[in-house]
Amino acid sequence: MEKLISKYFVPGKTFWMEECLQDGGYAAAKSVFEKLDAAGTIEEVKKSNLRGLGGAGFPTGMKWSFVPQNTGKPVYLVVNADEGEPGTFKDRYVIAHCPHLLLEGIIIAAYANNVHKAFIYIRGEYVEPYKILKKAMEEAYAKGFLGSKVFGRDFALELVLHRGAGAYICGEETGLLESLEGKKGFPRLKPPFPAVVGLFGCPTVINNVETLAYLPFIFQRGAEWFAKLGSEKNGGMRLFSVSGHVKKPGVYELPLGIPLREIIYTHAGGIRGDRKLKAVVPGGLSAAIFTADEIDVDMDFDQLRAKQTMAGSAGVMVFDETTDMVEALLVTMRFYAHESCGQCSPCREGTGWVDRILTRIGMGGGLERDVDNLLDICSFMGGTTICALADGAAMPLRSYLQKFRSEFEAYIRDKKRVGGEDLETHGGSAVKRGEGASATL
Amino acid sequence: MSTVKLTIDGKEVEVPKGTRVIEAAKKVDSDIPFYCYHPGLSIAGNCRMCLVEVEKMPKLQIACHMEARDGMVVRTKTPVVQETRKHILEFLLINHPVDCPVCDQAGECWLQDYYMRYGTHDSRLNENKVKKKKAVPLGPTVMLDQERCILCSRCVRFTDEISKTQELGIINRGDHSEVDVFPGKELNNPYSGNVVDICPVGALTDRDFRFKMRVWYLKTQATLCNGCSRGCNIEMQYGDQRPHHAKGDRVMRLKPRYNEQINQWWMCDEGRYGYKFHDHNRILNPMHRSEGKVEEKSWEQILPEAAKLIESAKGQFGVFVSPQLSNEEIFLIDKLFRKHLQNKQIFLISPTPDGFQDDFLIRADKNPNSKGAEWQNFRYQERTAADFFTACGKGQMQGAIIFGQDLLTLHGAHLAQPALQKLKWSLFIGSNHNLTSEFATHVLPSATYAEKEGTFTNFEGRTQKFNQVLDPLGDARPEWQILATLANGLGLSMKYDRTSEIFKELAEHVPPLKGLNYAKLAAEHDSVRRFAAPMVPSLMQDEGLIFQTTPETHPTQTTPSPA
Repeated sequence: MEKLISKYFVPGKTFWMEECLQDGGYAAAKSVFEKLDAAGTIEEVKKSNLRGLGGAGFPTGMKWSFVPQNTGKPVYLVVNADEGEPGTFKDRYVIAHCPHLLLEGIIIAAYANNVHKAFIYIRGEYVEPYKILKKAMEEAYAKGFLGSKVFGRDFALELVLHRGAGAYICGEETGLLESLEGKKGFPRLKPPFPAVVGLFGCPTVINNVETLAYLPFIFQRGAEWFAKLGSEKNGGMRLFSVSGHVKKPGVYELPLGIPLREIIYTHAGGIRGDRKLKAVVPGGLSAAIFTADEIDVDMDFDQLRAKQTMAGSAGVMVFDETTDMVEALLVTMRFYAHESCGQCSPCREGTGWVDRILTRIGMGGGLERDVDNLLDICSFMGGTTICALADGAAMPLRSYLQKFRSEFEAYIRDKKRVGGEDLETHGGSAVKRGEGASATL
Repeated sequence: MSTVKLTIDGKEVEVPKGTRVIEAAKKVDSDIPFYCYHPGLSIAGNCRMCLVEVEKMPKLQIACHMEARDGMVVRTKTPVVQETRKHILEFLLINHPVDCPVCDQAGECWLQDYYMRYGTHDSRLNENKVKKKKAVPLGPTVMLDQERCILCSRCVRFTDEISKTQELGIINRGDHSEVDVFPGKELNNPYSGNVVDICPVGALTDRDFRFKMRVWYLKTQATLCNGCSRGCNIEMQYGDQRPHHAKGDRVMRLKPRYNEQINQWWMCDEGRYGYKFHDHNRILNPMHRSEGKVEEKSWEQILPEAAKLIESAKGQFGVFVSPQLSNEEIFLIDKLFRKHLQNKQIFLISPTPDGFQDDFLIRADKNPNSKGAEWQNFRYQERTAADFFTACGKGQMQGAIIFGQDLLTLHGAHLAQPALQKLKWSLFIGSNHNLTSEFATHVLPSATYAEKEGTFTNFEGRTQKFNQVLDPLGDARPEWQILATLANGLGLSMKYDRTSEIFKELAEHVPPLKGLNYAKLAAEHDSVRRFAAPMVPSLMQDEGLIFQTTPETHPTQTTPSPA
């Protein structure tokens, strides 16, 4: 299978400007400037069926066409490089190995949306990628690909690189905007949507790193070619971050709609030690989990939604038969309790409560009614809040409880303890609140 | 203005475009519960209590943020909505200490009230609650209990948007979020008391009111603030049946009352905490002082004596009119002293010098009725007190009638005292002791404005009625009654049973008030109040869960500004 972005994923190597130009870098962006106008550029992106690869899967061309161009205000482009969804590490690869692909995508998106100032909001923990991106930006400015005359034409594009401070919620697009404005990362009420009232009150396009990095390929090889790579209405390829109990964890660039079984067994080499598969998280921690019997599913946005889960950020986490689902859920829910911004009551209180109930179960203090209570809490935590964090917490919670109920009941019945440790005093294998939860996944 | 038509719980309602569903619902008696929503603040949408069903929308929507649209179909009472409310309440109570027995908010707490209406669930909590800081003074007037806080952010939005002082913020995340003052700051701005009013729970309590009296013992009466010339509409809340509480004080606290045109939902701290004079340092009996000896007298003794002195002075006396007096009382002064006795020594003297002013509510003129006095041709500085003191020094004066002003403090004991000493008599008519009342030969105890009724005209020219809240303390009487009795002893017949009768007469003489009477003032006022958002969820008023009101509650009246 042909590699597009991932052909640059050479361990330890960054493709800097010179090598990038030798490989045809920035040619696509230049051709867009020469041959197309803004509307024509958007039209191509629409035809490519490119979807937002940050997780929501919203058609990119359609998103761009919602941006009003006649408000008298500038239009901003914000690049979401906050990659915080546990189990997802693809954007990091893009930035670390081929930062110019992202920059070229940014130039195309800026041209299409008449943007003259763009911001990259990069995850605070991504120190090395930040340095790489900074250097790549300097190279692009030096070449005149960014700055007052992009490609020598009468089009200015200033790019600002901004580091986040480590909050998961700042990856939510409106939380990100608040944070970028210097405020606390509280997601905003919608409407108005960021396309209309976004950064500093101006129309704003927000795109994920990977989404933008695919733009050069679309304009190099054609929108129809890109659309055909994927499944119906799900154009192109995407980067699957595969982690957990597989033989070859890593980032795999595969067409949208590829069967999950193929990702695990063909590309990631199957389960470590050839054990039995127990469960798979298909699209980042917030996606509902699949049991081993459910992996014959095509991995695109629409088909996963039909299975009551989501393609999300394409973070595929594979759990083999040795996994303790109670512990896995406890670690998962502790993450949401730690990262809830605290704005909406159901999420603020619900995530914390769920964490404490699961902790109690994990310490051998489970009560018979706990599972039903958790399911009930879950129903009212999801769908009642400003942003999707609570939905993202409710989805794994419900799916773990429903699909692995017997394991929770066994814990409660046998007064079993997670890892045999005291969760609150020793931390055990489940980390304590306040520490990164993903470390143990 | 263009309107939209929508259906709420099967009833069609037409509202102006841009109206929020939560407001539209009030019009068809479908009250939607809420915590974070406040019509005077921006929309935060965080409490999620107002979630309702909207046809064609897959998820429940918050009614505080959702704009009413043509053809929208809203349902606020479906099982799903009810069940959601119940769960939201459960969430809000998970980390709440439920310490109602020791919480000052008990009785006017939205958690309690909504729990009784929408919750009534048994606790499913088997976990520890999150511990936070308790009894933290945020500043001189407000106490914070973080555990009781439901993080609705009303107080934060108030300091951002209304007082614009930005002392408060929400720090930390998730269920460890807490409201606090920013480091190095304290909540000490001219409007800080309002955060207590808008706090729906017991998180922010008033240090002045805390533990003085349980709110269910409070009675309340709509009236005005007399703290400055703005004329903010307030509720005066008092307890008159439990003298063993609060050392016998009657007035417990003042709360702002919505008036769109004057103070919206707010009042300043200066006015809010300036009520102590109703119960403290009061003059309780008429007194006669001669050669340093004070003798208590009855009204029947002292008023004829005062009338006799006034009569025999033959115009050689000064009258110090106060802009704290009502329009009705100023009218009687005008009638008796200027017109009937032809006195030329009449001075309008403010009892307090000008003070702090801002561009929001607080006015430099600390008198509620300077404009009303002006409309009756009493103006500051036309004749100054100094002129009068000079005349006294020359022995041209026999007496002075002082309406509560502390001339000795205002004009210095070195100027006022020697002058007043030269007089045969000085008649002090006031509610509270001061240096001048300790000096005057005749002291008549008057009612405070809470103990009488009348009208004040604010600086914009809005005439509003204030209502009697309390009975006069001790032997005190309203000035209008004192004046009428004096007039009758001075050959001018005045027969008034109520101030409304005086107002009717006054309205004929004062052009801006022409054609008005108390009933008409009420009508004007109603048109202002019609769309008023309640200070508290209306369910508490509906069900009488909050404050007993006095049997006759007169709304305060407002006239439009003639300007």
